[in-house]
Amino acid sequence: MSFSRRHLLGLEALEAEEIEEILKTAVPCKEIAQREVKKLPTLRGWTVVTLFYEPSTRTRNSFELAAKWLGADTVNVAVANSSVQKGENFTDTAKTIEALGADFIILRHAVAGSPWLLAQTVNCRVINAGDGAHEHPTQALLDLFTLQERLGVIKGLKVVIVGDIMHSRVAKSNIYGLLKLGAGVTVTGPPSLIPPGIEALGVEVEYNLEKAIKNADVVNILRIQLERQHKGLFPSLREYARLYGLDREKLNKAPREVVIMHPGPANLGVEITEEVACDPRAVITTQVTNGVAVRMALLYLMSGGGKSGELLS
Amino acid sequence: MDDDAIRRVLFRLSHEITEQNKGVDGLLLVGIRTRGVPLARRLAGLIKQQEKADVPVGVLDITFYRDDLTIIATQPVVRRTEISGRITDKKIVLVDDVLFTGRTVRAAMDALMDMGRPRVIQLAVLLDRGHRQLPIRADYVGKNIPTSPHQKVHVRLVETDGEDSVVIEEMDNKKDPTPVI
Repeated sequence: MSFSRRHLLGLEALEAEEIEEILKTAVPCKEIAQREVKKLPTLRGWTVVTLFYEPSTRTRNSFELAAKWLGADTVNVAVANSSVQKGENFTDTAKTIEALGADFIILRHAVAGSPWLLAQTVNCRVINAGDGAHEHPTQALLDLFTLQERLGVIKGLKVVIVGDIMHSRVAKSNIYGLLKLGAGVTVTGPPSLIPPGIEALGVEVEYNLEKAIKNADVVNILRIQLERQHKGLFPSLREYARLYGLDREKLNKAPREVVIMHPGPANLGVEITEEVACDPRAVITTQVTNGVAVRMALLYLMSGGGKSGELLS
Repeated sequence: MDDDAIRRVLFRLSHEITEQNKGVDGLLLVGIRTRGVPLARRLAGLIKQQEKADVPVGVLDITFYRDDLTIIATQPVVRRTEISGRITDKKIVLVDDVLFTGRTVRAAMDALMDMGRPRVIQLAVLLDRGHRQLPIRADYVGKNIPTSPHQKVHVRLVETDGEDSVVIEEMDNKKDPTPVI
């Protein structure tokens, strides 16, 4: 069965087989990324536009490289320097980009659901690069790919996600993806940062970090998002670091073979220490490399049928 | 063709390859996924028996280089290319099961050119069924079988399909003469 969606708005709607196909396709894409000449003719003539209303280093640039290596043309709309500053609204911006000739629009926006609105507004293929606190599907996909690469199989893994679950789109997409592929997920962090009722998604909740990671195969550490913080959700960064920041002492409570992940960028000394980030069990830089491979796979799979392709939606 | 016929043909091809290339120096067999791969491995085994020397075998997936990706509705499965070491200055023998329109071989050559500058690229196929749509020809041919474009040639190999055989199938509906690679 081939992945044949026109848009990738999130992982919630995806079947396990579709996720597996993306991960399988990322394998040969990673091989291309390791060649001297990283250029393929596959998406020649396609135009991929990144439209990021929020800052990004990894996501935006890895989409751009993924598209370029597949032979596509890329354009980045620097929102801070665009007509958005003159007051141009979202749908007008979208239609303008479509009129310029975009085939793919990769969108990051602070408002949840904006990729869905974009998909309604234009005929381009839309990929969600992060919408508010809702989903960040390509991050979860590259996290899954990294785990599959490192550990072989996702099913049965015990994964612990630590941090500001409430405001984290990375957490949500990872939860959907991991559960669909048969892993078990525990979320941990200060009670004020874990949404009440999240057990309904199928995850365990554990407020004590050491208890949570005691038998973990994987610990995925989320960034404390200073820019999203509502005041008063925790007393101080120092207290957070003391209770939930992963340092060597806390890491020693986890199994010896535990895999350490972080979507980046990391606040060293807060949710993770530099020592732990450089530990041989940490795959943080590999995650970044894998991000390009996974995004190449996605662009490849979503370009079936050509520009005017009759794809299932 | 049955399994004995395939065996004899491969035996002859392995000798032709070493004869033409005067041995195995600088030789690299590259099997085109999917069935070119076990064929390349078998040829390498036969060459090793004769020449008492190893010939490296690479695996090439040409999916990213296909010229029909915008026509078919869903994307074909793409798998890893595994060619270790540099290919520049190597004598490459591409190996595939059936030579038909020539588009697969065109894609394979483009893929190789992106990886380096081989000294020479030769082509070995188990079957040539005619109907070339590009100016491509094989250096080593197991068997020439005249076919009509509406027929389908099924090559089955032990490694991929559990048995060695070649079967030609008559297609019932003749509406679309454009073959898929």
